[in-house]
Amino acid sequence: MRIKFQQKLDELKERLLVMAGLVEQAIQRATEAYSTRDLDLCELVSLSEPAINRMEREIDQLALDLLAMEQPMAVDLRFILAVIRINADLERVGDQAVNIANRVKELGTMSRDIPVDIPKLAQLATAMIRKALQSFIEADTQMALSVLLLDDQVDELNGEAFRTLGALIQKQPERTAEALNALVISRNLERVGDHATNIAEDVIFWVSGADVRHHATEEAPPAEETVR
Amino acid sequence: MGVDIRVENLNAWYGQVHTLKDVSLHISANQATALIGPSGCGKSTFVRCLNRMHETNPIARAEGSVRMGEIDIYRDATPVEIRRRVGMVFQRPNPFPSMSIYDNVASGLKLNGYRKRRVLDEVVERSLKQAALWDEVKDDLKKKSGASISGGQQQRLCIARALAVDPEVLLMDEPASALDPVSTAKIEDLIFELKCQYTIVIVTHNMQQAARVAERTGFFLMGKLVEFDATDKLFTNPTDKRTEDYITGRFG
Repeated sequence: MRIKFQQKLDELKERLLVMAGLVEQAIQRATEAYSTRDLDLCELVSLSEPAINRMEREIDQLALDLLAMEQPMAVDLRFILAVIRINADLERVGDQAVNIANRVKELGTMSRDIPVDIPKLAQLATAMIRKALQSFIEADTQMALSVLLLDDQVDELNGEAFRTLGALIQKQPERTAEALNALVISRNLERVGDHATNIAEDVIFWVSGADVRHHATEEAPPAEETVR
Repeated sequence: MGVDIRVENLNAWYGQVHTLKDVSLHISANQATALIGPSGCGKSTFVRCLNRMHETNPIARAEGSVRMGEIDIYRDATPVEIRRRVGMVFQRPNPFPSMSIYDNVASGLKLNGYRKRRVLDEVVERSLKQAALWDEVKDDLKKKSGASISGGQQQRLCIARALAVDPEVLLMDEPASALDPVSTAKIEDLIFELKCQYTIVIVTHNMQQAARVAERTGFFLMGKLVEFDATDKLFTNPTDKRTEDYITGRFG
């Protein structure tokens, strides 16, 4: 038993969970700020970014050290690879939280009567992130799979938002700024759903060794046949 | 050219101790196949059965079928004929210390009755080139003894000696475990070069080495072949829990 190595793996997992906690809090604050137009919350989201970025670098360094020093194999190797990818996804979710907070600041005192259900989209996207992280904590591939199924709903809501807001801009051009801000928020939430999907796929890869990215299990032509 | 090796229900004993239990596997020609496992798992016994060296120990015996191409090595050939087709390299380089570099490489041929100087010169040069040693020793072929060169060079000399008799199979029992990293890298590069011409079976404790050089890898445990698969599959996503426990260091 490589006790020191196991301790380092546990430490890597713990650090990633701390990072996940910060990111989850940031995205929740950003979406709450949209509903309440609370600019203090927006500020808190912006302030969390340097800490998230610092954690991303620390986790990458720890993972890199483990790869170089311990030469992990099999499930340990898959775990470290999954952590590196999840780390990058979490950092991007942190960026998206900041983007949303910035757009909420822009919206400021503009009308709250935006005809798209951003709170529902936010609820779905944050639920995906929470579930993906829970599947990581519990090494649960079934839970991870259920995250993948939610992504279509998020995409659909985002598509609907695009159509509705596009129509709003055409009908009421004076509300263009407002609609564009909402559009960017919707787009960022859709990206949060994509990152949650990536995290869930990485959990499946870590636990079972299966690569389910981009529907990898379906038949696809080799790359050289598609590059023409 | 290399040759396929098909092993079926191979069992081996040292006295009463059953060291290999019903091992069956297919080693493909012109590939490197690595065998890994903890000490005493039977992997070295297994390779020694592939050139009938196992039976040189008076209390040892083996049963089962080992087919090398069309020949069953236990039924259709003598041990001497088999060792002519199967070269072997050991953990510690073992050149003949009183012989020159040249005579070390030519020794197998001379034993087989070759005497013509021109033939011997050609084979010695070709074998040393194949073993990536020619440039380092060509000026001292008859001046220096096999034991006077570095450990890494000695091991390549032993590989050249094995190649000189033009075998089809090359067995390597931890060929780099006594060497420094630079010499190890040379041996690994060599394995890469040689496998297009020979069937290579390498026993190693170094899993990264197995991952680097072999197309397929077998994991032995307590005399049994637990798992045999493509090397990348075995090291990233093994099927058997025991393999995973061993390669991740959770074993024991």
